Amino acid sequence: MPMDESVRKAVLAAVPSLRAFAISLCGNVDRADDLVQETLLRAIANIDSFQPGTNMSAWLFTILRNHFRSEYRKRRREVEDTEGHHAESLKSQPEQYGHVEFREFREALAQLPSDQREALILVGASGFSYEEAAGICGCAVGTIKSRVNRARTRLAELLHVNSAEDFGPDETTRAVLARGGE
Amino acid sequence: MNERKPVGQQTQMETAATRSKKPTVKPAKLGRDVQARLGQQLRAMYDDVVNQGVPDRFSELINRLDGKKDGE
Repeated sequence: MPMDESVRKAVLAAVPSLRAFAISLCGNVDRADDLVQETLLRAIANIDSFQPGTNMSAWLFTILRNHFRSEYRKRRREVEDTEGHHAESLKSQPEQYGHVEFREFREALAQLPSDQREALILVGASGFSYEEAAGICGCAVGTIKSRVNRARTRLAELLHVNSAEDFGPDETTRAVLARGGE
Repeated sequence: MNERKPVGQQTQMETAATRSKKPTVKPAKLGRDVQARLGQQLRAMYDDVVNQGVPDRFSELINRLDGKKDGE
């Protein structure tokens, strides 16, 4: 399968981010790397359908995401409660991620609905615009925006970070109670 | 059935008390600092993988698939 040098370089350059996306999606490094491998095989076999001058990363992310979705649906038939299973597999294999400090964050991320999780990662970590993320997920820009917002809110709840704590609600409460008492 | 009534009343009282204690809390909207902190953590987790670069497995795969034309 002949590839232009520039195309080959673009594919190679996208691999690290593609892996990070795949790990975030399926929560397991081995499965994620298989997903990346299958994505690269498909992409290179269909490299002629890549339009030069467009975003190679976005093209590869779309292939990976669609492949993951079809695999995910297959697994859903096999495994009951896929979200729960995803979260459980994270808890049982924390060492797979190397850094323990991200464990709590990953566990919270794993509890998000998959459409919210992918939207948050594409926009918040992969660096895609809302428009690019909408193209990758095959949905409207407004849908991506609301998914990202819901994902952030839920993540904050799961990690017990909220503005009330940050701004010292206890002082406010005390002040209000003191005023009310007099 | 008899136990439900007092529980319901208690919950109502607690809700009312909570509301009066926290007049400035808006649970639906995240503070900008909270969003920034979540974003930092998300990117740190993601970049941890990105910084691992391209594993040999994938550079070899790409070279192998691409190299077929040169071999002929």
